Amino acid sequence: MTMTADQELLPRTGPTGIWSWITTVDHKRIGIMYAVTAFSAFFIAGLEALLIRVQLIGPNQDFLSADAYNQLFTMHGLTMVFGVVMPIGAAFMNYLIPIMIGARDVAFPRLNAFSYWLFAFSILLMMSSFVLGGAPDGGWFGYAPLSTELREVVRMDFFSVGAQLLGVASIAASVNFITTIFTMRAPGMTMLRMPVFVWMSLVTSFLLVFSLPIFGVGLFQLFFDRNLGAHFFSSGGDPLLWQHMFWLFGHPEVYVLILPAMGIVSEVLPTFARKPLFGYPFVVFSGIAIGFMGFGVWVHHMYTAGLGPLAEAGFGVATLMIAVPTGVKIFNWIGTIWGGRVRFEPPMLFAIGFIAMFVIGGLSGVTHSVVPADTQQHDTYYVVGHFHYVLFGGAIFGFVAGAYYWFPKWTGRMLNRTLGFWHFWLMLIGFNLTFAPMHILGLNGMPRRTYTYPDGLGWGFWNAMVSIGAFIIGISFLIFLYNVVRSVRRGPIAGPDPWDGRTLEWSIPSPPPTYNFAEIPHVTALDDYWHQKYTTDEEGRSVRIPDAPEPAVSVADHEVHMPSPSFYPFVAAAGLVTMGYGFVFLPGGLVAAAIGALITLGGLFGWSLEPIDGEEAT
Amino acid sequence: MTVGEIITGAVPHDADHHDVSAIRKVAVWVFLASECMFFGAMISTFLLYRSSGGDGPAAEIFNIGFTSASSFVLLMSSLTMVLAHHSYERRDLRQTRVWLTGTALLGITFLSGQIFEFTEFVHGGLTVSSSPFGSAFYMLTGFHGAHVAVGVLMLLAMVFLLPEGRLHRRRGLNVELVGLYWHFVDIVWIVIFTVVYLLQV
Amino acid sequence: MTERAHPSPRVYWVIALVLAALTAVEITIPQVSAFEGVKVPALLSLGAIKFGAVIGFFMHLRFDRKLYRNVFFIGLLGALLLFVIVLLTFEAL
Repeated sequence: MTMTADQELLPRTGPTGIWSWITTVDHKRIGIMYAVTAFSAFFIAGLEALLIRVQLIGPNQDFLSADAYNQLFTMHGLTMVFGVVMPIGAAFMNYLIPIMIGARDVAFPRLNAFSYWLFAFSILLMMSSFVLGGAPDGGWFGYAPLSTELREVVRMDFFSVGAQLLGVASIAASVNFITTIFTMRAPGMTMLRMPVFVWMSLVTSFLLVFSLPIFGVGLFQLFFDRNLGAHFFSSGGDPLLWQHMFWLFGHPEVYVLILPAMGIVSEVLPTFARKPLFGYPFVVFSGIAIGFMGFGVWVHHMYTAGLGPLAEAGFGVATLMIAVPTGVKIFNWIGTIWGGRVRFEPPMLFAIGFIAMFVIGGLSGVTHSVVPADTQQHDTYYVVGHFHYVLFGGAIFGFVAGAYYWFPKWTGRMLNRTLGFWHFWLMLIGFNLTFAPMHILGLNGMPRRTYTYPDGLGWGFWNAMVSIGAFIIGISFLIFLYNVVRSVRRGPIAGPDPWDGRTLEWSIPSPPPTYNFAEIPHVTALDDYWHQKYTTDEEGRSVRIPDAPEPAVSVADHEVHMPSPSFYPFVAAAGLVTMGYGFVFLPGGLVAAAIGALITLGGLFGWSLEPIDGEEAT
Repeated sequence: MTVGEIITGAVPHDADHHDVSAIRKVAVWVFLASECMFFGAMISTFLLYRSSGGDGPAAEIFNIGFTSASSFVLLMSSLTMVLAHHSYERRDLRQTRVWLTGTALLGITFLSGQIFEFTEFVHGGLTVSSSPFGSAFYMLTGFHGAHVAVGVLMLLAMVFLLPEGRLHRRRGLNVELVGLYWHFVDIVWIVIFTVVYLLQV
Repeated sequence: MTERAHPSPRVYWVIALVLAALTAVEITIPQVSAFEGVKVPALLSLGAIKFGAVIGFFMHLRFDRKLYRNVFFIGLLGALLLFVIVLLTFEAL
């Protein structure tokens, strides 16, 4: 809780140097790599957004050509979804799940590394498209038959191949997390004693494991239409099939994007309200409900596709209903804050910001569920406003809250508080200035995905406001970046438990040693660490236990076998992406595809034949 | 996990020693569940296009007798697979190799049958690009065949690793887990044979 | 979690024989014009029985942890439900 000024960071354990990062199978290092890569992608995608906003600051601008604009908005979407929000979620899940459940690592450490490298190389593949013939330009949703046309140009092949590879990485990671959560919890940690973040990670992983294969089929079909003359969506095939394949994935995907952030908020609020989470079982079960129901609403993206009143009405009702479990969470979060002794530290500000902004986004979402209303909103900026409120106002605010909250755990140091406040207020103001006017613009008829707009429609003023807001967001994140870089080196030492946390990760040193726990804890309650620190007196107030155990630092008496580092996950991932390039540049690329296949096979062989000792965390 | 298990807590094992083979089994079953979605998407694409043969051939080109023989072969390979697992459980490594090799051979026979069939169909005018029916048919059966091929590779790898003592339950490449994968590929074929062949003719 | 003992090889041979017999029945059904009306439900049922036999016995699901069964059936039934709905929207079912 308090940081002692004379506390030193533990000497660096574990190997150093770039080779140690390439061969690492440590979930903490993998989490850091995900975070750094995703944060870099965030700046790139943010730059793409700023370029878009310069183009749209006024009517009839020619800063960007239509072609450049199409590539930029497509890549902005693809990068933000696959290169930023999903991997930041993966970063948090990677770092936190084992230390929250009292484990030493995930179930399959090498598979974990493989997921990261495949993700990183695939994002590079996608981004390299800009200089290799042009980036995908058919929107992140790649609707056919636009996506199946122009086969001489490889842009949408980068899309079908890149997204496919990213899907493989995510499926592997999801299988890993599901297995870890089901089988590696510390003794005494029943499912209903797990932190909410772990529960949300479990639901998220199931969503991915079931939705990505469908997207994978669609992407293969797109690839075959473009490269083998197939007729899935074109020349006799039905373009509507693509929409189903895409949205059967695409809708569960949005819950993938938001649930980890909801999990984070559920961890942050209790700590800074100094009260347990209100209605833990309700928060957990509504997360599960969102997971199931998330598979039942995809057609609400297709209301204008002519499916008929029965389908539209049915899915309209389902979509209205999915607001219920979300509302349950909101009320439980409010119940957590209510009556607490709230500390307005940066993580708490961002968490509260999440609640407010997400509710706004959720409300516009509810208006979308009503078919005749959506028919007007569809393809307008109203939709852009909606999803940025839930994705930025929701996911990004939640992730930033988590960043301020767990930065001390990951680095051993605190982020600067004052800079945090500046970040928060600039981000809140900039965000609302950017995305609130979009609802007005949309209802006034401004279409999406169009590189310019004419004068005289009354759209100029609010577009200018939006663009200004976007730059304010950018400035707020430069402040955050500065804060991170400065604090990693010179921030105040945090100690193991700077926030007086409730969950197990605060019981180990910051940053944790390679083996996480000197002794695997035996858990007896929800918020077990809190109960190790505090008991309640006759009037129900928390009283600090005077002899509560300090986090053990020294290695356990018995030898702890940690998984050995391995080069093969890196190799297998590199092989797959080489294959990817080969497939993008068919038919000439067939050679590269063959070479890539051999590298992949070699990697998989080496992987499966590596010595078994120390293979998994025992 | 049943609701009962969730509430009372399926409490895991000893802290520092995890049951590795059970951990891997969970992962395989989760993966197989995801494969249901993968094949489900392709099967429903086929069903959507089952009457979209255009001017080219469609289901009338099928040779049910031949495909039945192939199906029988694959079905029997599930028997040899489970016998391999049984032999392995009883530590009869020689017998295990026999049954594993048998399974691989049956798998190769099945694949040869598929290749022969596809060659006939292509000559008959049914290709990936001849119609939506053709695209959907070849995608579904092609991906299934690819899964069989991967299975055959894993079976052969086990046959070679077995005598060296490098194969045991804690490995990812172990008889039980490969068996689960192999049986799954077989039951996908049961569905394909019924839906694509028997029901369309 | 203790698993029940595996079935003996004899059981596996018997099941394989049953599967072969069912397959033989399946092949004859489309060829007999009298069965045209019940063709679809008959073939689907026979396929389902074969499916269940392989999953339950060869893949040991009947005797293993309920977790495996639950996870797999969520995937299987989920796939069935979702794609029936998709095909219905195309009026292709």
